[in-house]
Amino acid sequence: MSYEDVNQNRRRFLVAATSVVGGAGVVGLAYPYLSTWAPSARAQAAGAPVEFDVSQVEPGQLIVVEWRGKPVWVTHRTPEMLDMLPENRPRLVDPDSEVETQQPAYAQNETRSRKPEYSVLIGICTHLGCSPSYRPEIAPSDLGENWKGGYFCACHGSRFDLAGRVWRNVPAPTNLVVPVHMYVSDTLLVVGEDEEGVAL
Amino acid sequence: MRGLLEWVDARYPLTKTWNEHLAQYYAPKNFNFWYYFGSLAVLVLAIQIVSGIFLTMFYKPDANLAFASVEYIMRDVEWGWLVRYMHTTGASAFFIVVYLHMFRALLYGSYKKPRELIWVIGVAIYLVLMAEAFAGYMLPWGQMSYWGAQVIVNLFNTIPFIGGELVTWIRGDFLISDATLNRFFALHVAALPLVLIMLVFAHIVALHAVGSNNPDGVEIKKFTGDDGIPLDGIPFHPYYTVKDMIGFGVFLILFFAVVFFAPDMGGYFIEKSNFIQADPMVTPDLIHPVWYFGTFYTILRVIPDPFLGVLLMFGAVLILFFLPWLDRNPINSIRYRSAIHKLNLVTFGITFVILGWLGMKAVEPFYAELGLRFTTIYCAFFFVLWFHSKPRSFAFSWGSFLVLAAGYTYWDFLRVEAGADPTMTMTWWLLPTAYLAICLLGPLYTSFNEEKPVPARVTS
Repeated sequence: MSYEDVNQNRRRFLVAATSVVGGAGVVGLAYPYLSTWAPSARAQAAGAPVEFDVSQVEPGQLIVVEWRGKPVWVTHRTPEMLDMLPENRPRLVDPDSEVETQQPAYAQNETRSRKPEYSVLIGICTHLGCSPSYRPEIAPSDLGENWKGGYFCACHGSRFDLAGRVWRNVPAPTNLVVPVHMYVSDTLLVVGEDEEGVAL
Repeated sequence: MRGLLEWVDARYPLTKTWNEHLAQYYAPKNFNFWYYFGSLAVLVLAIQIVSGIFLTMFYKPDANLAFASVEYIMRDVEWGWLVRYMHTTGASAFFIVVYLHMFRALLYGSYKKPRELIWVIGVAIYLVLMAEAFAGYMLPWGQMSYWGAQVIVNLFNTIPFIGGELVTWIRGDFLISDATLNRFFALHVAALPLVLIMLVFAHIVALHAVGSNNPDGVEIKKFTGDDGIPLDGIPFHPYYTVKDMIGFGVFLILFFAVVFFAPDMGGYFIEKSNFIQADPMVTPDLIHPVWYFGTFYTILRVIPDPFLGVLLMFGAVLILFFLPWLDRNPINSIRYRSAIHKLNLVTFGITFVILGWLGMKAVEPFYAELGLRFTTIYCAFFFVLWFHSKPRSFAFSWGSFLVLAAGYTYWDFLRVEAGADPTMTMTWWLLPTAYLAICLLGPLYTSFNEEKPVPARVTS
């Protein structure tokens, strides 16, 4: 066989074209395979945002909503409760919610909520993941006279006020987490989604 | 028999392969203790593959069933405990053997020309081994499996912009769950072992192409007899196969001593929290990785900024790839290099172990201080290694010393400003400073930098 009349340009073009087509095929096939790793329809359904009508929460009451396997507390705070929030400030680690990971920007305020009266918190202690209990009463005998209502973790004694802000000198290091949430109407709350989209 | 062999050889290079890699592969005659660990790594790989295949026959990769299926293997499957404990002990043994194997390369300059690719492939094997071990540690679905995975997977969360979505993609869910367990199972039993075996194959092919280094670091191929065989080489088989058998024997005695008498090794090989089933609602008191990741976990925790910490941690592993191009000293073996180089290597070994130990500890100010100082030494080691490539001038020595020392001193200054204990900071400041002073300024003022003449042929 003679190589003299081989058209080198044509051969190079064919090699390059075959490589490009083959490479495109590999990339095209990689996309569906890598996509299988994304949360499946089942996982998305289980982790979908949860809707909840806050008007059913009586003043002073706490109702637990489950979202992605976690308890989410929706608490209806009375005006008296809200008035007492600033009184806790000297006893708090982070009264102004400066640790950014613990709440979305719209909850970085005195009440740590979008609507002052409704508090939305993930009910898991930031220490070791126990679920604290709701103790709205004022100065009960077991919690002392400084207690203005809040959440008390029986596991290791961490204390949080009614905005989920952690007290000093308790095991929990940070405030309770405020999940991503929004109100789609006056009273219809959506946990797990806000104007920026679904929570990750 | 001979007829059969001839029939096969006409169709497959059986005798040729045997000769090239065993009977007529000439290895230097002066291998010592440090040369056991390569063949031992192959032995542990075989143990892991066989015991792993048997575990797969009984294990269930399902978040609801996994923990119970491991207990089933331990209690109800005939000899199941032996298979499982061989696999768990094998995981730790793998890292012990591989760390010693890598340190051997440091001692004798086995990564230097023409063996750079052997080293690079070796580091790739180490990376895959870490991924394999991490994926495997998740499978028993105990508390440490779960929360260890949580911590490691969340490392990717720190990557700006894409971090959050990347983590969700890795988990396949919004929390570590059945989907995550299932895919890590697939990686652990199929994908990563295949990659591992292919890399080990490439590692050995590259080794046999250029030939083994030896404790003297001299090239045996330079002196060959009339038959073209290196004068200082001996056939791998039977000489080194027999030697490695001794190594196998001693290793297996130690290995089974652990398997039979201390399979959890006091909580280091199997952590205590892992005897409790994974519970997303309860975080253990102290989350730490298994011992073999301790060094890099400490490096991660040293930096307060999460993303920079992750970068430094991965950097601390990936810099190993560049070792052949950092250490440009023409002498291979530690035997003929300077006293200061010996000190540098020993310090690095000790630093690696101490960082590993610190990785198991809770973050307390004292441990954090130690972690920072030894991380500084870990990073400085690579600079010092490059620095010792050739004699350096007075100005360059002092310049490097002052720039490096000023760097971490400034960082210390910021830490004290922010409330760190000044006494502790100043005390431990001496540690990296002494290390750098000896390694960078020592050559100017002492004779510890003198290198010995390298013999032409191996010495024993």
